[in-house]
Amino acid sequence: MKLLAISAFFALVLSLFLDREKTMVGIKKGLKMFFNILPAFLNILIAVSVFLFLVPNETIVTYLGKGTGTGGILIAALVGSVALIPGFVSYPLAAILLQQGASYSVVAAFVTTLMMVGIITLPLEIKFFGKRAAFIRNTLSFVGAIIIALLIGVVM
Amino acid sequence: MSLRNLIIKYLWTILFLLFVLISAVFHFEPGEATFGNFKMFFGEMISLIPLMFILIGLFDVWFPKEKVEKHIGKESGVKGIFWVIILAMLQAGPLYGAFPVAYLLYKKGCSIRNIFIYLGAFSTLKIPMLTFEIGFLGLKFSLLRTGLSLPIFISIGILMDKYLKNKSFEIRNLKQA
Repeated sequence: MKLLAISAFFALVLSLFLDREKTMVGIKKGLKMFFNILPAFLNILIAVSVFLFLVPNETIVTYLGKGTGTGGILIAALVGSVALIPGFVSYPLAAILLQQGASYSVVAAFVTTLMMVGIITLPLEIKFFGKRAAFIRNTLSFVGAIIIALLIGVVM
Repeated sequence: MSLRNLIIKYLWTILFLLFVLISAVFHFEPGEATFGNFKMFFGEMISLIPLMFILIGLFDVWFPKEKVEKHIGKESGVKGIFWVIILAMLQAGPLYGAFPVAYLLYKKGCSIRNIFIYLGAFSTLKIPMLTFEIGFLGLKFSLLRTGLSLPIFISIGILMDKYLKNKSFEIRNLKQA
């Protein structure tokens, strides 16, 4: 997080130095995005706060922790495939899961399927690409996400 | 924005804060504990997130997509792959937002392989998303995940191409569909 704060600061100074107007446009764009996502972000924080009150830490560790192996990865991948959570919200959520004892590979399965696999949006995808291509793309992406998660588990 | 819209947008937050307030008055333990969680997460994140969005906004004005777009469809081979990945990295938003773009790429003469590589890169390598990933999950995780994703979605593109090549595959625009 420190790295990010420092790079944001330098980017800002450099950008201001190079072009004041452009910088202002950029800041405005960024803040607009921030306020667009803020309600969804707050809703997820509320949901997570309630969820973590109801579900004890140990339960998360049991189902999504390091010792769960493929089981935890599969749960996370299935949830990630079905859920429709904006990326800007999914990463804070993933960080909380990690804090609460979920493993890196579980988090990787969750964020990767969230990004690559879309069960809810499948009808829309079929309209663009046809049934065959949409099904295969989602299936391959699901398998790919599991591979990524397993390999991350080996390294981290 | 009117007050009404604002209330609708933040309805859950308002209800939650009311619940917290009432819990505080009556010392309702679950309410207080839940707010404790919320306060902790909110405090950790609220300083970071606007900063990330400013970084994303700056990136957007300094690296316009238009400059990359003109390479698309013309280049083939490894160069073609390179440009669709770069184009995808500069985007933002959910995956279904990439479908209309895939249609445009298709119209522009992009290969099936590169269209699916575009979708893969769009879902896993978008720079605004990476900013969040690095901020919340760390540089090591992010490098590892992107490094593993790259060969996987390129393989998916190649497989899709092989499979769909002689099967009269087409991408339709939503209006035609």
